[in-house]
Amino acid sequence: MKQHFDILVIGAGPAGIAAAVRAAESGARAGLLDDNPAPGGQIWRKGAALPAAARNWIAKLDASSVVRLHGWHVFAHPGSGVLMAESTAAAEREAAELHYDKLILATGARERFLPFPGWTLPNVMGAGGLDAMVRGGLPMSGKRVVVAGTGPLLLAVAAHLAHRNAKVVAICEQAPMGRLAAFSLRLLSQPGKVMQGINYRWASRNARFHTGCWPVAANGQGSLESVTLQSGDQQWDIACDYLACGYHLVPNLELPVLLGCRIQNGFVETDKWQQTSIPGVFCAGEPTGIGGVELALLEGQIAGLAAADRINAAIGLVQKRSRSQGFVRALANAVELDPRLREIPSAETIVCRCEDVPFHALGGYSSSRDAKLHTRCGMGPCQGRICGAATQFLFGWGADSVRPPVLTASFSSLAAASCAADHDSNDILNQNRKDTHTL
Amino acid sequence: MSEDWDVVVAGAGIVGAACAHECASRGLRTAIVEAGEIGGGATAAGMGHIVVMDDSPAQLALTSYSQGLWRELASRLPAGAEYESCGTLWVASDEEEMEEVHRKRALYATVGIASEVLDSHSLSEAEPHLSPALAGALLVPSDGVLYPPCAAEYLVRDSVRLGAKLYSPFKVISAGDGLVRLNDGTELRAPRIINALGSEATTLLPDLPIRKRKGHLVITDRYPGFVHHQLVELGYLKSAHSIATDSVAFNIQPRKTGQVLLGSSRQFGAEDSTVDYSMVAAMIERARVFMPEIGTLSAIRIWTGFRAATPDKLPLIGPWQDDPTLFLAAGHEGLGITTSLGTAKVLVDYLVDGETQIPIDPYLPARFVRSEAHA
Amino acid sequence: MPDASISLLVNGAPVSVTPGTTVAAAILMSGPRARISVTGEPRAPLCGMGICFECRATINGFAHTRSCQVLCEPGMDVRTA
Repeated sequence: MKQHFDILVIGAGPAGIAAAVRAAESGARAGLLDDNPAPGGQIWRKGAALPAAARNWIAKLDASSVVRLHGWHVFAHPGSGVLMAESTAAAEREAAELHYDKLILATGARERFLPFPGWTLPNVMGAGGLDAMVRGGLPMSGKRVVVAGTGPLLLAVAAHLAHRNAKVVAICEQAPMGRLAAFSLRLLSQPGKVMQGINYRWASRNARFHTGCWPVAANGQGSLESVTLQSGDQQWDIACDYLACGYHLVPNLELPVLLGCRIQNGFVETDKWQQTSIPGVFCAGEPTGIGGVELALLEGQIAGLAAADRINAAIGLVQKRSRSQGFVRALANAVELDPRLREIPSAETIVCRCEDVPFHALGGYSSSRDAKLHTRCGMGPCQGRICGAATQFLFGWGADSVRPPVLTASFSSLAAASCAADHDSNDILNQNRKDTHTL
Repeated sequence: MSEDWDVVVAGAGIVGAACAHECASRGLRTAIVEAGEIGGGATAAGMGHIVVMDDSPAQLALTSYSQGLWRELASRLPAGAEYESCGTLWVASDEEEMEEVHRKRALYATVGIASEVLDSHSLSEAEPHLSPALAGALLVPSDGVLYPPCAAEYLVRDSVRLGAKLYSPFKVISAGDGLVRLNDGTELRAPRIINALGSEATTLLPDLPIRKRKGHLVITDRYPGFVHHQLVELGYLKSAHSIATDSVAFNIQPRKTGQVLLGSSRQFGAEDSTVDYSMVAAMIERARVFMPEIGTLSAIRIWTGFRAATPDKLPLIGPWQDDPTLFLAAGHEGLGITTSLGTAKVLVDYLVDGETQIPIDPYLPARFVRSEAHA
Repeated sequence: MPDASISLLVNGAPVSVTPGTTVAAAILMSGPRARISVTGEPRAPLCGMGICFECRATINGFAHTRSCQVLCEPGMDVRTA
């Protein structure tokens, strides 16, 4: 499959949807690509009652001329102005050559996981992870769930699970109460967020809410049976069926890095119009700073309009966006990780789940690459997406280099990338055939 | 700060690590200098194939000697080095190549390397995923594979256990006249300095006849049992042979993890490490000829590296020019892993008493100076 | 009219799910684990969004497919390690 777009948007969460809609409204031939089967990304994932903003934007998307590429993942950037994608679902793997004049990266964020004894047991999932599985059809009625970690996601997930008749037996936020209170005060400038928080808490009101608290062990034979929680110097066990544990979000930077976008302080650097250090490449939403749905919608719209050369139409949005920047900083401060979380892995605790590399194997290495080369940590199919955030927190290592394929792709799809490369593989194969017959 | 040693080895890739280990094992007080990760250069970018090759008598001598040394060392390597004596299958596409197979078998026998000719049927039994249209192969059971960065790490750590010292991460700024200067000002004095910097050897000695030869590799998710031996097409030698053009050859390896490692490509004049999709596609298309089902395998990473290539495809082992303190162990092209142990033994034998187990002459760096003098 | 349920096979056993169910959810409804790790540990999905690779399964003959990104289809043949 080969297609050309004036504006290609990667990622169909709120930022990507907003960008694609505005781009199409501006008359551009716009494409929207995402590896999930339906639009919405993580926060608007299909399978639960969606908020009005989600329904409205998805309706706008459906009514627009945006070309929809759901169930595709980008794997390579073989030349300027072209990306290669592969079909994600089970059918015969197909490769797509996608040419673009302008590119908008709205690749979103993923959860940060911190290892602790037993975290690899089945039914220990991320907070967003369990939420996504439930939206994907995992039954929850009557199941006992502990929600833990840090960040606004915990309350939202607890509320959703409660709506599904799960028994949320505890919510454990690692941040201390004082810091949460300060953050809540900060939110008073955004009453919508306060109401949202109150609604979430009301939905999960039967759950004990602990602060300064985190899981130190997940216990069970073959799958989860109980969680050991710690708060201060107190430890106690709670029997449960699921642990939904995630330590806030880290941006999905792989594609921006592969393209060569400048990264600053761990996020993609963008200008006033959401353009990255690469002309014609824009970035919107969580990869520019973790700031939630409202900010993602603003940034997505600005990027879509700017990519369509309509920056005048974006001026009002730019002003609104500047009011949201404070939220990004406040949130980052609120979810700062307690240093004691570095002490919870035991020597045997698996840090790299793809390759089963234990914590004790990693001491003495000075960088992600050093550890990877000598212990296999980060060498597996996830290419450090899970263990990288953990080792950054545990050891201070920066991320290793990004190499293609950005996500796994079949050899057939890799071979298809050469059509879009600067010169053709046939030249090399023909030369080979000549060489084989000489000598 | 200034320190005195018997030997300073610049570079802790597989060749430097092997040299350091050989020196330390002989009781020489050894310093090792490494700017990055141990085994993080070409050592981490290659296939880790331990293979006897016969492009020239000198290559056959060094690879067979060194392959035997790896077999002796194997039991001491840690699990992370993933040493496997899986053998090589040199695959023949037609009857003409089968003649080459027979010739190779006889030649290998002259240096004590046993091998077995497989016909089309036995080849299919040995490797069910190979195309049944192939004519046969030469099986060399004593060849093996390993994971080089961990082998290099073992050699360095064992050297340290034997009294060596690792200076890392430090770059060598200059080396010669018995003095090595590091980028932090440290000075190491030694009567012998070994330049084992691979394709970076020219940063210290710009006149070295070493050129970078870029290669690509692709590794898959786990498919245990998909392939059992290192598979190489007989045309591989021609690819390694070719000086001017970009080329690929069918070269595929089973890793102990069950992952499949695909090589190999060669390019001159490509100095940056970005992945070139036309090369990757050429490698895959070439592999498809031999293993038609390969298209469905899931790839998890593509990377590149730089071999250190010399004009005659033999490494530089021995003294360099007019400086009696300076020695080379570099320029191993695609055989660095295989010949690292042999290189170390030959070089250190030469340094200690001049009596090497195989003749050092074909590898002496002076051969290039001589030929220039006679040009 | 209610949505017809979808029938598929998970490790040879028939499973019925509602439309919109992911293969990962179908696997978990059949048993607590989705795959075996490289050292033999039982594992199940962690991230739910296609980046942890714990949910890999062979779907209709294609190995290493991230089952959380795939919707169940009638007659699908799903095999876990």
